[in-house]
Amino acid sequence: MSINTKATLKLSGLEPLIVTPQSNFVNIGERTNVTGSRAFLRMIKEGDFDAALAVARDQVEGGAQIIDINMDEGMIDGKEAMVKFLNLIASEPDIARVPIMIDSSKWEIIEAGLKCVQGKGVVNSISLKEGEENFIHQAKKIKRYGAAVIIMAFDENGQADSFERRIQICKRSYDILVNTVGFPQEDIIFDPNIFPVATGMEEHNNNALDFFQATKWIRDNLPGAHVSGGVSNVSFSFRGNDKVREAMHAAFLYHAIKHGMDMGIVNPTMLEVYSDIDKELLEHVEDVLLNRREDATERLLELAETVKGDGKKREVDLSWRNVPVNERLAHSLVKGIVEFIDEDTEECRRQFDKPIEVIEGPLMAGMNIVGDLFGSGKMFLPQVVKSARVMKKAVAYLLPFIEAEKNGVRSSSGKVLMATVKGDVHDIGKNIVGVVLGCNNYEVIDMGVMVPFENIIQTALKEKVDVIGLSGLITPSLDEMVTMAKEMERANLSIPLMIGGATTSKVHTAVKIEQNYTKGQTIHVSDASRAVTVVESLLGHKKDQFILDLKSEYARVREHHEKHRGAKQLLSLESARKNKAKIEWKQKDCFAPVKMGITRFESFPLDTLVDYIDWTPFFQTWELHGRFPAILEDEVVGEEASTLFLDAKKMLAKMIEEKWVEARAIIGLFPANSVGDDIEIYTDETRSTILNIQHTLRQQTKKTAGQPNNSLSDFIAPKESGIKDYIGGFVVTTGLGMDDYITRFENDHDDYNSILLKALADRLAEAFAEKLHEIVRKEFWGYAADEDLDNLQLIKETYRGIRPAPGYPACPDHTEKVGLFNMLNASEMTGVSLTESLAMLPASSVSGWYFAHPQAKYFGLGKISEEQVADIAFRKGISYEKMERWLSSVMH
Amino acid sequence: MQPIQEILKNRILILDGAMGTMIQRHKLEEDDFRKGWFENHPKSLKGNNDLLSLTRPEIIQDIHRKYFEAGADIAETNTFSGTWIAQADYGLEKFVYDINYQSAKIAKEVADEFTRLNPNKPRFVAGSIGPTNRTASISPDVNDPGFRGISFDELVGAYKDQVNALMDGGVDILLVETVFDTLNAKAALFAIDVVFEDRNVKLPIMVSGTITDQSGRTLTGQTTEAFLISVAHMPLLTIGLNCALGASMMRPYLQVLDQKSSFGVSAHPNAGLPNEFGKYDETPELMAEQIKDFLEEGLVNIIGGCCGTTPEHIQAIAEMAKNYAPRKFNLG
Repeated sequence: MSINTKATLKLSGLEPLIVTPQSNFVNIGERTNVTGSRAFLRMIKEGDFDAALAVARDQVEGGAQIIDINMDEGMIDGKEAMVKFLNLIASEPDIARVPIMIDSSKWEIIEAGLKCVQGKGVVNSISLKEGEENFIHQAKKIKRYGAAVIIMAFDENGQADSFERRIQICKRSYDILVNTVGFPQEDIIFDPNIFPVATGMEEHNNNALDFFQATKWIRDNLPGAHVSGGVSNVSFSFRGNDKVREAMHAAFLYHAIKHGMDMGIVNPTMLEVYSDIDKELLEHVEDVLLNRREDATERLLELAETVKGDGKKREVDLSWRNVPVNERLAHSLVKGIVEFIDEDTEECRRQFDKPIEVIEGPLMAGMNIVGDLFGSGKMFLPQVVKSARVMKKAVAYLLPFIEAEKNGVRSSSGKVLMATVKGDVHDIGKNIVGVVLGCNNYEVIDMGVMVPFENIIQTALKEKVDVIGLSGLITPSLDEMVTMAKEMERANLSIPLMIGGATTSKVHTAVKIEQNYTKGQTIHVSDASRAVTVVESLLGHKKDQFILDLKSEYARVREHHEKHRGAKQLLSLESARKNKAKIEWKQKDCFAPVKMGITRFESFPLDTLVDYIDWTPFFQTWELHGRFPAILEDEVVGEEASTLFLDAKKMLAKMIEEKWVEARAIIGLFPANSVGDDIEIYTDETRSTILNIQHTLRQQTKKTAGQPNNSLSDFIAPKESGIKDYIGGFVVTTGLGMDDYITRFENDHDDYNSILLKALADRLAEAFAEKLHEIVRKEFWGYAADEDLDNLQLIKETYRGIRPAPGYPACPDHTEKVGLFNMLNASEMTGVSLTESLAMLPASSVSGWYFAHPQAKYFGLGKISEEQVADIAFRKGISYEKMERWLSSVMH
Repeated sequence: MQPIQEILKNRILILDGAMGTMIQRHKLEEDDFRKGWFENHPKSLKGNNDLLSLTRPEIIQDIHRKYFEAGADIAETNTFSGTWIAQADYGLEKFVYDINYQSAKIAKEVADEFTRLNPNKPRFVAGSIGPTNRTASISPDVNDPGFRGISFDELVGAYKDQVNALMDGGVDILLVETVFDTLNAKAALFAIDVVFEDRNVKLPIMVSGTITDQSGRTLTGQTTEAFLISVAHMPLLTIGLNCALGASMMRPYLQVLDQKSSFGVSAHPNAGLPNEFGKYDETPELMAEQIKDFLEEGLVNIIGGCCGTTPEHIQAIAEMAKNYAPRKFNLG
């Protein structure tokens, strides 16, 4: 089969864009243009390409079908900027999926750009300005590079400014392209110049009308050709009056499209809906555009004075209090305003027969709006959590009335049980998922943290839940989830099982969990915003197909994993050890600590930690992605990030002021030497009595030449070297005392502040670890007494020495915490205890070792072999099976 | 000789199978890759199969012969890595002309020999133009996504040299194949266009992309249709798919090409997927059975084999294809 698809403009990024006569107006994104956007220019000038990419991404997500990129600015190297930006876009699939429009007045930049795009893009633009020869040369090249082209109505005599000149130049250009160059007709796009109207100069009065007529003529007389243009030019005279400009753009587009314009550069935020334009304004605007009366310009200018107030200013506006109560509730929910919720809920309650109807009616309607806005990327997670707070408050208000009636059974979309598995205490992510589901009319039964599987199964049966969601952050939790799946199978359940949390993954779910639970479906949920879609799919009417697809997908993941596994060979432990980091041991690199032994810190001043906070992960917790502080000015999430940051700073100030939490820590510095892959830690400098042995794991993946197979023990001088070396250990917490406040927030149905507090406490713990490390380097160990670094340098870890933590990439073995805690007597000294999965409780705690050698560095262990598991089990004196359970997530 | 465009209207043409798989059967040693040409070359050359056209031409001739005997209409030259970019790893950039010229010549001689024996089944030689081992759209350094290991201009230069040498050696068709980065392919097409203009000769061009897995996308992320659109600015004889997938997994993407392409459609799938030892073990019968689906649906104009396929596979495919009409399309 074959369809003759000649004369259809076809473009491509990673995906196709086909422009047929039937397709709608093609919207070209215009913000990645240094000549049109000052913000974008600033990003390029400052080399902030991450922010520049965010602009591009935002446009594509906002519906741009092509993105126009322009780097024509005297202050920057346009060619270099074009190449760099296009290359970066190539590695961003969510941007690169649309075709690229390479926009420049310099041929050199255009050609450089054409060499970077694998898809079929558009050149914007070339013209007869410099004569036919040049024009032919450029067109031929563009054809060879495989792009479509925009032709400006411009020739040797200048820009076309009348109907006649427009069609004459377009016709001449077209004939050369088609007959001389052999350019495909359908790949020709004309830009017949959109010029300002209502400028006060009579010769401009026909500008819009000439454009419309030229557009129609082109479409009628030049087969295959398309028409495009930059719309905002038309309203140039009304800069500063957005209301009039928006109306002019809408009316202009309306007529231009009717005349055959099929693509264009339009700023969607500067566009009114044609049918929404005030009738009087529209009439005046159209008088100007269509040159319908001689005094059109004066009349529009006059009217413009009266409609000036551009609706973009925001004060505290309480006018929404005047609308009907349903709408007020919706407003409160969408905006997250708790102030009026009780009184509005009460007013609503009086209107309905039963209080439950308030929930099922107006409140759910409001939450549906929130769900839709979130689903379409118009609201962000912190806003949704605030909305949920309003919802919960309203429900709490109604609850006594509902119970009084005793017949209020709320109809929800489904029941979801959420729990953090046994041995794990981390619940921020789980709570967020709970909130998001709650917002979408699911009843959430939250069983909290450290929940044993038997309790989960019992509750699931008793409450007849529709879905079970398991969460966990530390690696032993992965194993707990496998157990959970097996137990659900044994209990003959068929309830779908959702898996989530930082260490979980689709691969782990597919390879280790899913096939253990055959009666129900297991699914990995990568982030909170996906939870609703997943639950909907699991419970919806297309669930059979969904599950079928999932099963085959997971089977494929398993297959792929299996194949990959076969292909990737690990080194034997012996060869890995032979390739250890080559360190030339010298006594001068192994600095003897100034203060040996244990030091305890109590009520450490919280205010000194604030400057040490790394905020980027804080925003990640809320699924706001971007680097701090740039994120505060991000075009997409900047506003929401700023609001959140403000809330965070306020709470942080209170936490410090009112001492909500206590910061405690214990550090210890000891003599140590390595023996093979173990580190022997001694009670004193005689090095005769072993205080503790830490067993480290070694990388076994095959490295490129010159790269070592690392193990933490390599950073401590070997015993046989005779060099005296040292190691440190630490445990810090900022979670003590927090529970009271959490309970208080939860009793007040305030998930937002509860999550905020936990997230802040986590950040404080990390900041404390960072601060303490600095104190240790400068004073207690003292090898870096002169160090002087700012927070950014600290976050980037530019200092000498590392503080790896057991359970994290360099040492995924959580069992090493036991020795560390014992050595420091940490539980007693700090109040931090270890759960059966060796998670630290309170959760806002950090523990680890200090290594001070200049060559010590962080690394990721990667996969290890059964041989090494057996080896370390032997070294620790425990059974292989036990060791395997702890290390299963890193085993090959 | 009847032009290939004419023959393509009447029947499905058979492309040959894997070169590498056949070379492996010979259990060659380092010396075989050096003989007479690179005796004292400082780098190891074993595995640089393109060199065998120079050092052991009789082996390459014999492989072409076996495929023609099996029923192939088109043989691919032994030049998959015949660019200075791919040869740079071996320090043999300077021998690119010899590799391409000799490979083309060898294949053409054998093709002519078979055409003389049976003029009703003329045999053709397609100059194989591989993707090189560098990508113009992806950074080799994960920490620097804006970096590129090769530029478009370098690719164009390398491909021009290859195309000129292949044409000097007498190829009938140019086959830009195993396209995993469309930008590389666009550079090849750019080079071909320039060479055609310089020589004032045009040859039919085949382009064959590689869909890496069941995401249905190329390595650089394009969907099948986007890939087609991105190379359709050149008048092609065929657009097709090869490598990475076995026949049955390739079918959905061939359907896309069938529906969207105004050119002919080609396919040369692998003999299934590699097993745990990296070997392809799909039998000729099994592969032909899957290809039968393509034929019944009328998806292809040219069919052959990629990794793991042998003269036995090609024979089974050729026997099967005899019974089916080619895909209908308008030759431009």
